[in-house]
Amino acid sequence: MVLLGDISVFGFRNAFQLHPKRIYNIGICEQAMTSMGAGLAKTGLIPVLHSIAPFVVERCFEQIKVDFCYQKLPGNIVSVGASYDYAALGCTHHCPGDVAVLRTLPGMEIVVPGTPGEFDRLFRAAYANPHPTYFRLSERSNPQTHEVEFGRANILKQGKKATVIAVGPVLPAVLAAVQDLDVTILYYTTVAPFDGDTLKQNNQGGKIVLVEPFYAGTLVADIHEALGTASAAIETIGVPHRFLTDYGHAEEHDEAIGLTPAGIRKRITDFVGRS
Amino acid sequence: MATKEGHIASAFSILDILWVLYSDVIGVNPQNFRSDDRDYFILSKGHGSLALYAVLAERGFFPPSELERFSTFQSKFGGHPDCNKVPGVEASTGSLGHGLPLAVGVALGMRIREINRRVYVLVGDAECNEGSIWESALLAAHHKLANLTCIVDHNHSTDRALGLGNLAGKWEAFGWAATTVDGHDHRQIRDALKQSSPDRPMVIVAETIKGFGCKQMENNPAWHHRSPTREELPLILEELA
Repeated sequence: MVLLGDISVFGFRNAFQLHPKRIYNIGICEQAMTSMGAGLAKTGLIPVLHSIAPFVVERCFEQIKVDFCYQKLPGNIVSVGASYDYAALGCTHHCPGDVAVLRTLPGMEIVVPGTPGEFDRLFRAAYANPHPTYFRLSERSNPQTHEVEFGRANILKQGKKATVIAVGPVLPAVLAAVQDLDVTILYYTTVAPFDGDTLKQNNQGGKIVLVEPFYAGTLVADIHEALGTASAAIETIGVPHRFLTDYGHAEEHDEAIGLTPAGIRKRITDFVGRS
Repeated sequence: MATKEGHIASAFSILDILWVLYSDVIGVNPQNFRSDDRDYFILSKGHGSLALYAVLAERGFFPPSELERFSTFQSKFGGHPDCNKVPGVEASTGSLGHGLPLAVGVALGMRIREINRRVYVLVGDAECNEGSIWESALLAAHHKLANLTCIVDHNHSTDRALGLGNLAGKWEAFGWAATTVDGHDHRQIRDALKQSSPDRPMVIVAETIKGFGCKQMENNPAWHHRSPTREELPLILEELA
């Protein structure tokens, strides 16, 4: 069952023709849409709710908390727009805080794919499971699709000086930044549940760099929990915690906040070089 | 009662409605309430939980004696109901404005799955301050959810803050079939609950008295969220007997 908050409707035109009873353009009422999705789940249907991230997550946070997580109902929330894909539309349409708020909800699963192919694999793996699952999609795509698995991080490279965690869309910039550095690269597309085992087994350098496409440091508590009694210094690279009030294109924001190969490389080499 | 918690006056305003619903109307019982083939009742104003617990106990969903631990630490029965703990409770409510849209989803899901059953949902009049109630009112009418009945407990609890004006007229303007009843008259309640419209959701505006049946509680805001004292309790029980 697909419920659209009057977003992406044209993209689903074939689905409306083929499955008129399984897709609804609900209109611009995201709160009721979210609770309604939970009601559909109660009757045994699997809801998929869609709008852009600030409206389907932040506006409906309490509906997700109470009507899905607390009731223990399954369902899927698929957002688009990521942190600032719609840069020209301004901060009302940005959402660098979605993962931070959703990870406070017990039982919530959070998936951040880097490509449509990765989304396809992860969605098929998780959409029908008994938990509410959030899929954070972007208008932008990484150039390469990896063989990702729900709930598991991919080990893309192994090295000794540090472990770099790249989450979803930041992977190309991270790969370009550290290609000649002696570091491990872990690629995370599921961030809740967090694959702590893979991190713990790949923490040889005692230095962890967390590179996130949303607010910097969102997953630090997961890293601490994963490490247990092991120790590590942690550097966080991501979206700074302020309103990005400029417009333009998403790439200009990447540049301005240093989420580029050069920016990430400088932060990592400074951090690894420090004793 | 082992606790000083509970919205007793809010429960008394809906007790007659729930009693009639569960005695004479709704097709759900302890045997079928896990099956697809059942009617649903969702208490959107979750703070009326005491009335729901009392009626469910009376209908055999659990022994009434379990209610004596209401709101104590490991009790199943809280100040707001938990559907994962209490047999017969369909939704965990408490934050206002959630139960009606959830019921809209259940009604739509039943129609898609071709389950010919009915969804009843009870909202408070103060709950009708919430925007999500009116989003849901639009949605249910637009999708012609004729298998949905919403009862509004019109006990005027929020008139002091944000009045609702012509409440039945508002629902009608949103496309619902509306009827108004005395929410403590069992015959009127029963007749209204058995009504439906062929292509519209149904709303019953039930004119009720908060704390009905107990003179010192009736329409007295001091009783919104408190329990009787040791001295008050015998007098109240005598009045209710």
